[in-house]
Amino acid sequence: MAELEQDHESYELGMHTEQLSGRTQQVFFSAEESDHLVYPWAPQVDFEKTAEIDANSLDQRAVNQEISRLMNEGVGTITVRNPGAKHSLGVGILSRLNLHFDGSLGYFGCGLLDGPNVTVSGRVGWSCAENMMAGTVVIEKNGGSTFGAAIRGGDLVCKGDVGSRTGIDQKGGTIIVGGRTGAFSGFMMQRGRMVVLGDAGKNLGDSMYDGTIYVGGEIADLGVDAVEAEMTDLDCHWIERKLSQYGLEAPKGAKNMKKIVSGKQLWNYDNLEPAEKKLVL
Amino acid sequence: MCGIAGLIHRGKSSNVGRELTAMLQSLKHRGPDSTGFALYGSPKSGEHVLRFKVAEQEDMRHGFQIQHLVKERRAEVDRRLDELGATRVAVEDATDYAFRYSISYDGDMKKLADYVEDVEGAEILSIGNTLELIKDLGDAGQVSSQYGLGEFGGTHAIGHTRMATESDVDIRSAHPYWAYPFNDISVVHNGQLTNYWGSRREMERRGHRFMSNCDSELIAVYLADRMERGDSLEESMHRSVGELDGVFTYVVATADKLGMAKDVMAAKPMVLYESDEFVALASEEVAIRSVFPHEIDTYDPYEGEVMVWQS
Repeated sequence: MAELEQDHESYELGMHTEQLSGRTQQVFFSAEESDHLVYPWAPQVDFEKTAEIDANSLDQRAVNQEISRLMNEGVGTITVRNPGAKHSLGVGILSRLNLHFDGSLGYFGCGLLDGPNVTVSGRVGWSCAENMMAGTVVIEKNGGSTFGAAIRGGDLVCKGDVGSRTGIDQKGGTIIVGGRTGAFSGFMMQRGRMVVLGDAGKNLGDSMYDGTIYVGGEIADLGVDAVEAEMTDLDCHWIERKLSQYGLEAPKGAKNMKKIVSGKQLWNYDNLEPAEKKLVL
Repeated sequence: MCGIAGLIHRGKSSNVGRELTAMLQSLKHRGPDSTGFALYGSPKSGEHVLRFKVAEQEDMRHGFQIQHLVKERRAEVDRRLDELGATRVAVEDATDYAFRYSISYDGDMKKLADYVEDVEGAEILSIGNTLELIKDLGDAGQVSSQYGLGEFGGTHAIGHTRMATESDVDIRSAHPYWAYPFNDISVVHNGQLTNYWGSRREMERRGHRFMSNCDSELIAVYLADRMERGDSLEESMHRSVGELDGVFTYVVATADKLGMAKDVMAAKPMVLYESDEFVALASEEVAIRSVFPHEIDTYDPYEGEVMVWQS
């Protein structure tokens, strides 16, 4: 029963129905289509089967290949020791997997994911989880800039501070920042939700098309076409439930957070100017 | 895209030559064209270290006359130092074309710099009580080995691995830049300044010289100009964030300080580790990990941020 209520709530929030008006958005980003997406080549893994990789003497390609090899052997829970802030670790994993990094990742860590649950005990560099489709990525310490760039689904959580341009071009999913985020966060955001428990830098939500940003601390200033909207009980309930999944809570309570959405005054996405139309047609 | 790095030990000396070599070597993929070091050692009373070159590395591979020209140019530098009353306390051939002199001189340092650089092919890399600036083509390991930097003891250092985009692959365009004519100030930069030519012309009208067409040199000259007008290092840096246009993260060092500044878009990376004893900063965390292999807490400075640490 509780699950049914949660589904109902997410529909009420518009998470299953929000659509951009553009033609390309309608074709490629339909929520209904993504529900049925599966990869026939995805390995069947057993979460009870565990393995460890010591990345200390391996380069990034070797670490990723070892993760892939273990998955193809059915290993469902992998711990990577000594990642040493190397770049592009844990990328391109398109099936279920419990993956833990004991340490910090460099740039482009956990990019192009579709399904795994990843935890990082340290920090992540720029562009963590870029283009993530589904799954969860939880970082215990800080993150760099362009955190969650262009993610389309899943939950991306950083319990510390992150840099600038968080969730740039976000197309879905949820980004949660336990601390502060830098300038231009939510720039050109198209769908999804971002929750920032600390302060947000200048130009928050600049040129956002859609989606929602919740901020618990101070906002330096809003970007072009980003406007504050009224927090509802549904917003508060969803934030509290989402944060509790990751052991977080809003310092001043969810109801005291600010909600930022698109003013839709610049909303001409995919609408061609008359002169351009002539050229195209 | 270039890689920059810096480190400072608070209240003690260490082998900063080896530490910075390790940091820059791990950033090699960000720029393989040239590598530069600005190392801050122990000051010797009444002495300055003069680092200069009289030819480019590339020049040494061409022409039958270059060895002869190098000798002539160096002899002319020596003659002019003597003429100005600068005593050469120690002389060291770092390479066939780059030299390290310890000099005793209490006259006008700008006059000395201008007179030496008036010699054809001569460029002063640095003058300082503590600063020694070394830059050349190749990766950090090659340059460090070539100039014997592995055992350099000091309190702090900054460095750069260069991916040439706006100017030539040569020593002249390599970083760090010495903030001529100020002793002991050096700058490394990652980014691109879009108001370079306008600002350069303004600096030139104010009497400053440029040795390259590299936009990064402007930052060193700009900071020198502001400090000449009485601003502190920190004031100069804060002002630079507003007046330099483009995307940049730069690191600056003085005789006893290390600083960093980031543009208002925060478009260029910088990762920072800070403890009571040590500060390390670099374009990528892998560089910091090369001197701190164990788990540490790091973070990114934010847009428009200026930070300065004392040794």
